[in-house]
Amino acid sequence: MTHWIIAPAILPALTAALLILVRRRDIRMQRIVSVTATLALLGIALFLYSLSSDGEPRVYRVGAWPAPFGIVLVLDRLSATMLLLAAALALAILIYAVAGWDERGRHFHALFQFQLLGLNGAFLTGDIFNLFVFFEVMLIASYGLMLHGGGARRLGAGFQYVAINLVASALFLIAIGLIYGITGTLNMADLAVKVPHVAAGNEALLRTGALLLFLVFAIKAAFVPLHWWLPGTYSAASAPVAALFAIMTKVGAYAIIRVYGTIFGADAGALAGVAIPWILPAALATLLIGAIGLLASRSLLDLASFNIIASMGTLLIAIGLFDVDGLTTALYYLVHSTLTGAALFLIVDLIATRRIEKGDALVPGHPISQAPILGALFFLTALAAVGLPPLSGFIGKLLVLDAAYESPQSNLIWIFVLGASFMMTIAFARAGSIVFWNTEGRLTGPTWATAPVYPIVVVALFICAIALLSIFAGPAIEAFHATAMQTLAPADYIDAVLGAENIMPSTGH
Amino acid sequence: MELLVASAVGLMTAVGVYLLLQQRTFPIIIGLTLLSYAVNVFLFSAGRLAVNLPPVISDASAYTDPLPQALVLTAIVISFGMTALIVVLALRSFLETENDTADIPGEDLAPEAEADR
Repeated sequence: MTHWIIAPAILPALTAALLILVRRRDIRMQRIVSVTATLALLGIALFLYSLSSDGEPRVYRVGAWPAPFGIVLVLDRLSATMLLLAAALALAILIYAVAGWDERGRHFHALFQFQLLGLNGAFLTGDIFNLFVFFEVMLIASYGLMLHGGGARRLGAGFQYVAINLVASALFLIAIGLIYGITGTLNMADLAVKVPHVAAGNEALLRTGALLLFLVFAIKAAFVPLHWWLPGTYSAASAPVAALFAIMTKVGAYAIIRVYGTIFGADAGALAGVAIPWILPAALATLLIGAIGLLASRSLLDLASFNIIASMGTLLIAIGLFDVDGLTTALYYLVHSTLTGAALFLIVDLIATRRIEKGDALVPGHPISQAPILGALFFLTALAAVGLPPLSGFIGKLLVLDAAYESPQSNLIWIFVLGASFMMTIAFARAGSIVFWNTEGRLTGPTWATAPVYPIVVVALFICAIALLSIFAGPAIEAFHATAMQTLAPADYIDAVLGAENIMPSTGH
Repeated sequence: MELLVASAVGLMTAVGVYLLLQQRTFPIIIGLTLLSYAVNVFLFSAGRLAVNLPPVISDASAYTDPLPQALVLTAIVISFGMTALIVVLALRSFLETENDTADIPGEDLAPEAEADR
């Protein structure tokens, strides 16, 4: 048992507490502490990733209580991949925010660290109730971050965001109550053992619980028709926060993979794959609504928000296949779409701050300074988001089409994916040409001399990461393939958590 | 006992959902609160309803499941904090816009119109 497994939860928690208690008015000190801690977190995530890559799930028993009585954290390939993605994304966004966004409200860095605590905890936990708790930690921090910068629009959007998430939390608790009432446990590995042996009379209640849980994750992952909170929230949030939120929808996707891969997987008897029939139709609708939303965008922030919804649609199609190929694709697309979604929000912010009069509105305006480099970054991100070669979006969509080839709904999937890509191409081309080409008058905004350069460098780093993901697609897909294999064969996970000798079939109460 | 608890959960959920669908922030907050009460009572029933039994394994032949009580406690703390937050949020929003509907201000305004003003 290595104690490093709990470090991704403890480090942000201590850092956040430190940031609140000590020298909270000293923004320079806050920045140094926050960036250093996030850098350390990235190091820990890298170490844990290398640890997990031997394919053996590792368990951390909090307080050394044996599972299923105590709380467990589990490090396997899937959670290590998500930890690494979250840490890398967080570090880049934090460096971007240090350029000035973090001064526009109080406690940005503390809330940011609490958000990381929630994210890392949700990825590591091996217990459904703890998943709820870490979701709440993540959400409470996200409420604070979403309101960062203030203003009437943010408050209005924030109210809707908090309200929808409180409803989701209530549903989560009802689902937990149902599942605990039937099985008598909330430990994921223990549930995986007990769910196949549930008495026939209790099956309907457990199915209700499992589907309510799916509904909660669907709200987080912005499935159509539960997506409407997303564009308002993301386009009202400040740029670095919206970029960080790009991984929040992926937490919903992660939870679906974890819960419906481990607990209600192929071995779950009557409840095997209980939510899977719902995923594909919702995913196709999500992709379509996302693409239509992109076409209908009246501002660049709308564009970036609906890009998240459309990418979730593609991601969920891959998850909906729920086989090794589908899940491999889903993980590749998850990493790609997180990076692309975040990069798009940051570029939109760079453009909007330079278009002083029109901001992010998609209307012709004055030419902006640094247009060549911003245009190039926007173009590359759009290529990745739409899925045109040579960047990772193309590889991701190709993998989706390939994985869907054997599926009975392959025709439908191909039509939706290709049709949506076409619509997205038009939307991005329209946005780019309005902002960069349809201009008149003199230059506005900061010039080469006055604009800080390094926010642009951060965005360029995102593009580099996307390019690396494209160049090293082969090794990446191999790693994701191993991850998918491990996730869909939860026997090792269950053995690691419960210990092979502890497994006792039970019928619950 | 079962009937009482079940109807209490059902009634609170129904009222909570009805209030959630209102236009103004105050009824929505009351609706969310009622929904969280319903959830708390519901969580108790997850451990099966028992009267006058200790929540620990002791010499007594029967005991009531302590875990749902711990879950309810956690849920109460979280929903209490969330309610406080959303009340402050609604209040701030009302003070800034002098409007207590749960809309996003300026949402219906086309960006062109906004930019032209």
